[in-house]
Amino acid sequence: MFHRESGYFKTTYGADMALYPLPIAQWSVAVLAVLFLLLPLVTTELFGARNAEYYVTNVNFILIAIVGALGLNILVGYTGQISIGHAAFMSVGAYTAANLAKFGLPFWVTLPAGGLMAAAIGVVVGIPSLRIKGLYLAIATLAAQLIIEWIINHVPAISGGSQASIEVPRPTVFGFTLSAQRELYYFLLFFAVASIVLTLNLVRSRIGRAFIAIRDQDIAAEIIGINIFRYKLTAFAISSFYAGVTGVLYTYYYGVANYENFQITTSIDYLAMIIIGGQGSVLGSIFGATFVSLLPTAIREFMQYFGTMQIFGMQLFTEAELNNVIPAMRLTVFGLLIIIFLVLEPEGLNRLWRNIRSYFRVWPFSY
Amino acid sequence: MDLDALRFPLGLITNGVLIGMMYSLIALGFVLVYKATDAINFAQGEFVMLAALMAGAVIVLAKLPFWVAVIVAVAGMIAFSFGLERVVLRPLLGRPIVAVIMATIGLAAILRGAGPFIVGVETRSFSLPVGEDRIVWGPLKLQPVMLTGAGVAIVALAVFTWFFLKSRAGIAMRAVADNQQVASAMGINVERYFALAWAMAGIVAALGGIVWGSMLGVDVHVALVGLKVFPVVILGGLDSVVGAVVGGLIVGIVENLAAGYLDPYVGGGTKDFAPYVLMIIALMVRPYGIFGKRKIERV
Repeated sequence: MFHRESGYFKTTYGADMALYPLPIAQWSVAVLAVLFLLLPLVTTELFGARNAEYYVTNVNFILIAIVGALGLNILVGYTGQISIGHAAFMSVGAYTAANLAKFGLPFWVTLPAGGLMAAAIGVVVGIPSLRIKGLYLAIATLAAQLIIEWIINHVPAISGGSQASIEVPRPTVFGFTLSAQRELYYFLLFFAVASIVLTLNLVRSRIGRAFIAIRDQDIAAEIIGINIFRYKLTAFAISSFYAGVTGVLYTYYYGVANYENFQITTSIDYLAMIIIGGQGSVLGSIFGATFVSLLPTAIREFMQYFGTMQIFGMQLFTEAELNNVIPAMRLTVFGLLIIIFLVLEPEGLNRLWRNIRSYFRVWPFSY
Repeated sequence: MDLDALRFPLGLITNGVLIGMMYSLIALGFVLVYKATDAINFAQGEFVMLAALMAGAVIVLAKLPFWVAVIVAVAGMIAFSFGLERVVLRPLLGRPIVAVIMATIGLAAILRGAGPFIVGVETRSFSLPVGEDRIVWGPLKLQPVMLTGAGVAIVALAVFTWFFLKSRAGIAMRAVADNQQVASAMGINVERYFALAWAMAGIVAALGGIVWGSMLGVDVHVALVGLKVFPVVILGGLDSVVGAVVGGLIVGIVENLAAGYLDPYVGGGTKDFAPYVLMIIALMVRPYGIFGKRKIERV
């Protein structure tokens, strides 16, 4: 990741496909792993327990978002099937898990169950993708988002009453209950890393290459013998599985399943992640999830610092006004970023990162 | 036959027709852009919201007469959509369809965030200069606002149908929609017609914004009307002006009947739900819509 090769020495397809092109890549991953494992301890040492909880909260949101962004990127970035209903699949996973948790089932049962349920619904939603694509598929998934939201809201058997929210107990690992942010961190880290490894291996397998072929030209892919029916539905199933798991993680993280966390704005957040991060790239999903998850915090900090400043003896915003201004501002900055990236850097942060790397490959002896 | 038994469904259907015409006014903006430029506008509802905010600001904040608000809204929307086409959509020409969809979704987010940020969050209400009293006509009671809205929609649809069929610019625009390269080779300035299509969408959005704003009151929620655009255009056909009318009528009638007969049993919300169920069925059976053009794809 951070190393610089001195040239290309690959002579076999195996070498070209390898996850670690050089031994040093293995080392940098190992170092990163140690850093991430130590993160809660280090932040506690440096900033004290209370501040550490706050910092780790932000990281936790990123970890959850990574899982969801990877799922959406498999569908949109790798297979080229646009979906505006990602958050609906999350809500399917969330409510499945929450309903199962009511029977006292532990998270290692409810989590895969939520994922599988979301995958099943995802396949149903994906069926129209066999006949329609592009705009039509976007609208069909939008319809799925609205219909699933409506059903959850209007069927008390799913939503558990008028508030449409179900509480779940804290996850327990080996008899140890995870309640503090720093404990949940390891729980979430495990799933984020698992999904990253899974996706990295998926996209270089036969399935992933079939996805890419479908994205680039689906009719041509069909002609060279890829079963479009099977692979499009597989893409929907895998993507929705990730989304379902994301929903379950949100549920355990908040301690409650609530449809308000999975509305259409959340779908758009996730689309923004993969566009800002870079479509069809695992690293891009991670960048995008990090960027979009930190943005609201950054805007809040920024506005609380600068928004209440005195300019010519006048205060810019009062505290009450800030509460209205911050969400509006977040939405605006969001939209602007999506458009800026689409127009100026369609391949997202991942491309910027590669540009930086390739600049430093020959630095300081560039020609 | 007993008139009283018929009053309820007749009232629902009449309201459905009127609302449906008002939906088709908004769907028309979507169809115009898609027909001419192949671009998909997911921000149509936010366009309408923006126009309504402009009109509301002129009438309520500046306390100017109604016709000034109409002029300001139309002029403002034309300027806005010109600028939009230039800055955002032209660089995206020839890029995958996902890019255009996402760009307009981003635009929708900007408008929804920045609109109230600039003109304030409170709901403003203004009314069309047509009076408030319901018009009683046989067994039916009609709201003047909705009648006017339907009237505006019919006029706009007639004008645009004439435009596409008879006028020189309209025929040129159809040529551009059919094949950009051939149209360009025949001496049509393709980019100018793209801008013109967006400007027309802006005009339609301004009319829709004034009509819908006067009915619902002006705040961010006007943008939710945009969610009805998709069922309308999918049912009618994405590139058909007539389709927008027929789709609008179907959606209007269906959602009113659904709300009237199903809402008591399921606890509300069928109005927003029924059109989408209808749309899913349409997507499965006839994705290009009733009047839409079927696209044949080649490798």
